[in-house]
Amino acid sequence: MTADLAVVGAGPAGLAAAATAARLGLRVTLLDAAERPGGQIHRHPAGGPVPRAARRLTRRLPYAPGGRAGTSAPGRAGAPRASAASRDRDRVTYLPGHHVWTVARDGDTWLLHAVAGVDEEPAVVRARAVLLATGAHERQLPFPGWTLPGVVGAGGAQAMLKGGLALPGRRVVVAGSGPLLLAVATTLAAAGARVPALVEAADYTAYARHAAALARNPAKLVQGALHGGALLGRGTRLLTRHAVTAAHGTARVEAVTVTGLDADWRPVPGTGRRIPCDALAVGHGLVPQLELATGLGCATRRTPDGTPALEVDAGQRTSVPGVWAAGETCGVGGAELAETEGEIAALSVTGRTSAALARRRARLRAFADAMAAAHRPGPGWTDWLDGTTEVCRCEEVTAATIREAVDGLGARDARSVKLLTRAGMGWCQGRVCGPAVARLAGHDPAPDRRPLSCPVPLSQLAQPPGAER
Amino acid sequence: MRSRTPRATPAPFTFTFDGRRVTALPGQSVAAALWCAGILAWRTTRHGGAPRGAFCAIGTCFDCLATVNGRPNRRACLLPARPGDTVTTQQGTGHDR
Repeated sequence: MTADLAVVGAGPAGLAAAATAARLGLRVTLLDAAERPGGQIHRHPAGGPVPRAARRLTRRLPYAPGGRAGTSAPGRAGAPRASAASRDRDRVTYLPGHHVWTVARDGDTWLLHAVAGVDEEPAVVRARAVLLATGAHERQLPFPGWTLPGVVGAGGAQAMLKGGLALPGRRVVVAGSGPLLLAVATTLAAAGARVPALVEAADYTAYARHAAALARNPAKLVQGALHGGALLGRGTRLLTRHAVTAAHGTARVEAVTVTGLDADWRPVPGTGRRIPCDALAVGHGLVPQLELATGLGCATRRTPDGTPALEVDAGQRTSVPGVWAAGETCGVGGAELAETEGEIAALSVTGRTSAALARRRARLRAFADAMAAAHRPGPGWTDWLDGTTEVCRCEEVTAATIREAVDGLGARDARSVKLLTRAGMGWCQGRVCGPAVARLAGHDPAPDRRPLSCPVPLSQLAQPPGAER
Repeated sequence: MRSRTPRATPAPFTFTFDGRRVTALPGQSVAAALWCAGILAWRTTRHGGAPRGAFCAIGTCFDCLATVNGRPNRRACLLPARPGDTVTTQQGTGHDR
């Protein structure tokens, strides 16, 4: 069967797109790497139901709240099922646990190759149009001690708590940059963790320079958010223009050093102080996942926080005909913007437009761009590295080795550094160290190029394509 | 006719980590169950032999690789724990003797 539209990713953008496309009469195949819909934001507690915020989005999916999927959700006994929602559900084929590793053109259709399930079975989907809603992962900037157990991604800590009901420790410092940190600190505190400090490298007052919507009194907004999350009452210190510049411990993190930063994120000597903790949740914004799109040749742009994102037109079309994109892949902007873009993209696939949605997208995008500019990492952060800091966690490549490649051997970009040092050549394919290595080589990161977006068994690469779903 | 029963709380189960019994909830990842047991590291790196555990927790960074039921290089943050699983610390590539 050839789908009218294949949607990659079942986060807010992909779910909104699939539901809208089905409502417009398209036969949609929705592929998602995760076992349950909602993306990184709408996570299900272990063994629990669909979170309330995601229910509106999953209503039109062939998804049973008990967790099984792939067939139509059973209706209530005796209730008529001929509703619009159930008719739409019949148009959606939902394939959870399917990680698409490449998209290839085949005549006037597309073939999406996926690795399916824990046993990594091959799966192929054929579609007339493709919508990429592959989301983002966290941007990390290395610092001495960041490989210690107990140092975890801020978004990761939140994911483990929301999806796995697990905390990395009892006293968790939250650090890095970006609006996600407030949400993470609030979530951790609500789950019973102590958050001794929330450490933000930027200055929230920077919002005022960029966004009229935020301009009134940004510091008050942040304080309000902290109060709303019951953080200040529990003894959380808010430190802006500060960074965790070292994590200390042997088998696990036992304390962090927090240091004041100048406007370029350069640590100010003599301002360091030690904060005891047993975990650190750290992240510096998000990086769009682009490899499926760049593999197809889709054009990219640079967002105000320095990361590459997909270039799309008013109808969410990428530069490659037949390929649409929505959500964080088009520039990080949060769930509401992602949903809006997903709806616009689905309308666009069927040749429709909506002025109201376009207005909402413009408003949310302006806000996202202002936040991105305020939290863009300053170039001075590399001063907090010491020579022994492992920048590439997979290949255990130190800052000294990378600097030698740049200063001594003349590497001018992340790719040359990789060839000389193996930084970015490991399991994660440079997703974690990429932004840091690029900065050490003296520039902003280039768009991702990865022929395979996830590990694929060799047997699948060697085989002719399997049966289409 | 069967009467409607309230939604049951999912029953915990156990698996082992390096021989120690660990309790998990249905739907919990191996990494989440280990965190709940206070365990933060289940791999040693190939070169430095340094301890590692979950870092990104969304399947991107591959720091959380563990050997599960004899098979190395499983991402513990994505892999749902199952009753009776045998999870062991992965040394290096997991294929070392």
